[in-house]
Amino acid sequence: MPTVAPLDIEGHVVSTHFLGDIPFFATAAGTIHRLDGGEKVTEAHQGLLTCIRDPFSATLISGGEDGKVLRIGHDGEATLLAEVPRKWISVVAGGPQNAVAYAVGKTSIVRQGDGSVKEFTEERSVEGIAFAGKGLRIAAARYNGVSLHWVGTNAPAADLDWKGAHTGVTFSPDGRFLVTMMQENALHGWKLDGKAGENRHMRMTGYPAKVKSLSWSVKGKWLASSGAPAAIVWPFSSKDGPMGKAPLELGTRANIMVTHVAFHPAEEVLAIGFIDGMILGVRIADEKEALLRRPGKGAITGLSWSASGKLLSFSSEAGDCGVIDISA
Amino acid sequence: MTDQTTEAPAAKPIPVTVLTGYLGAGKTTLLNRILSESHGKKYAVIVNEFGEIGIDNDLIVESDEEIYEMNNGCVCCTVRGDLIRVVEGLMRRPGRFDGIIVETTGLADPVPVAQTFFMDDDVRAKTELDAVVALVDAKHLPLRLKDSREAEDQIAFADVVVVNKTDLVTPEELAVVEDVVRAINPTARVYKTSRSGVDLARVLDQGAFNLERALENDPHFLDHDHEDHVCGPDCDHDHHHHHGHDHHHHDHDHTCGPDCGHDHHHHDHGHHHGHHDSMSPIHDITVKSISLRGGEMNPDRFFPWIQKITQTEGPNILRLKGIIAFSGDEERYVVQGVHMIVEGDHQRPWKDGEKRESRLVFIGRNLDFAKIEQSFLACQATAKTPA
Repeated sequence: MPTVAPLDIEGHVVSTHFLGDIPFFATAAGTIHRLDGGEKVTEAHQGLLTCIRDPFSATLISGGEDGKVLRIGHDGEATLLAEVPRKWISVVAGGPQNAVAYAVGKTSIVRQGDGSVKEFTEERSVEGIAFAGKGLRIAAARYNGVSLHWVGTNAPAADLDWKGAHTGVTFSPDGRFLVTMMQENALHGWKLDGKAGENRHMRMTGYPAKVKSLSWSVKGKWLASSGAPAAIVWPFSSKDGPMGKAPLELGTRANIMVTHVAFHPAEEVLAIGFIDGMILGVRIADEKEALLRRPGKGAITGLSWSASGKLLSFSSEAGDCGVIDISA
Repeated sequence: MTDQTTEAPAAKPIPVTVLTGYLGAGKTTLLNRILSESHGKKYAVIVNEFGEIGIDNDLIVESDEEIYEMNNGCVCCTVRGDLIRVVEGLMRRPGRFDGIIVETTGLADPVPVAQTFFMDDDVRAKTELDAVVALVDAKHLPLRLKDSREAEDQIAFADVVVVNKTDLVTPEELAVVEDVVRAINPTARVYKTSRSGVDLARVLDQGAFNLERALENDPHFLDHDHEDHVCGPDCDHDHHHHHGHDHHHHDHDHTCGPDCGHDHHHHDHGHHHGHHDSMSPIHDITVKSISLRGGEMNPDRFFPWIQKITQTEGPNILRLKGIIAFSGDEERYVVQGVHMIVEGDHQRPWKDGEKRESRLVFIGRNLDFAKIEQSFLACQATAKTPA
């Protein structure tokens, strides 16, 4: 039976991420808490809107109501990367070679490791940014599609169009697919390596609520999503992705919505967080479920596995966070 | 989706006031008053540009107006995408404020702003649209109505209309402006002021979209002897102006018969009785309202009817509001709608001696009064079963 070490933080906790074996918790108020031989706190923002784990380095990247973009190291030290007075920064992304990207209104801004800055203007507000796995390339999600930009060139954007508002974006780990979350209850995907004339669109619909959390399994064989009373897990192993295939529905609970999902770093095991604070672990192979945490005070807003895959941290809307030891 | 709402911890929804009005109508002055006067409440304000808000308040958020069409094939189903994101951020720390005010740009269509609070589940779960307030510049309204449809839309869509800068016009000009406002929107509460000096209690915490509170103090749905009747001197004045050639919006005893003509605010060209010599700005109005009055309704006819009419006429309907009496039902049923969105609920028991009748007002464009009235009356419990 897994053991839960609770960590109660005041107010809404936006996300949690492990850096190595140290769990971090980012609050909407702007503090970042870490459990590193006791609870330690960094005063990062005057109001924090987003805090992500940089997939390319062992750091966090955050954006806030104070218009600041920060990089936060494993020791909790915050480095100011950018500051846009009086603007809310709610979209940030981490890229190769210490690059970061963030959005201000209709502009995507990429700050490279050497401090040089490149701006890309979109026709509509940028709601999500992701770096491709290889090469310095970003995808900016916006109304009616996604714009792809090579950061190193001045070539015009490659536009992937699909009607509707796209509110978040992710590349598959192998870079063959791009998937967006939408304002309506759906995901949309594009096959990036398709031949000319081939249908590249992937519509993933049927959700009863908006999708707000996505997670790729190790090697990108599966894409898990929130937005239903079960984790909806799309198969991406074939060359056409999930087209023509039904998704898995894992951890189904009658009317209780899944709010966050996170795949294990090494195994095909999915952690599923619910709106009532419950957390389940489900193995893809046999769909076997394990209760990791009983319902708590608020919706799960974040889940993160430690590098070893033995610890799972969780954050909640009501501040009742913690770390689950699944090896016990 | 509703499950998600009911499962989330129950917190009182935060009221949202939408402030519209043309550039120069006095929105910033009113905002500054709301932020600086001592009324014991704190407001988060979402603006398009900081502009001249001189108040130091870390809860003023600048946001780029971003209108999203919902991907459901319905052209009127639009929301403000930027508001969804900002409201989500604000609501993570709700203890900081008591309400949210959204200031729109002068040319903004208020509909997507309002619909955001109905169509986005997350926003809807945590907030409640309180009222749409339109500021009108008394001096420039006639010109604005010639220029643009937006000025008219803002008035038509409002729950509260503040006719501002009354010190810059003559009493006669003001009377025309008031007539125009009431012609566009007979259900709004109208206040006259200068320097945005309206009593803030008339603007904030109105509960105009709250089905329990909506219509309870609505001048259009009140009888003149009602204690809360707020028309005041406007009533006499209006009655005068429209005497004999136009149905009066406050004339509750009037029942539209077959001879009424029914184009209440349009077919009065040339009928002016010399009240105002100036060219009537009413000629520039394309919005009109339809007031329906009927007896007790058969719910099996009324609900399919209102569904159908909002589906087919949705793009033409800006607002609808009504109190419905159902036969055999001891409670008043209230309905309200924005374009294709319509919602309704039981409000309270009918009072002793209260006339059990059904009243419904549509504000919109290109609405066929005769057809709507006929089909509405066919929903009455006493009506013959339609073929």
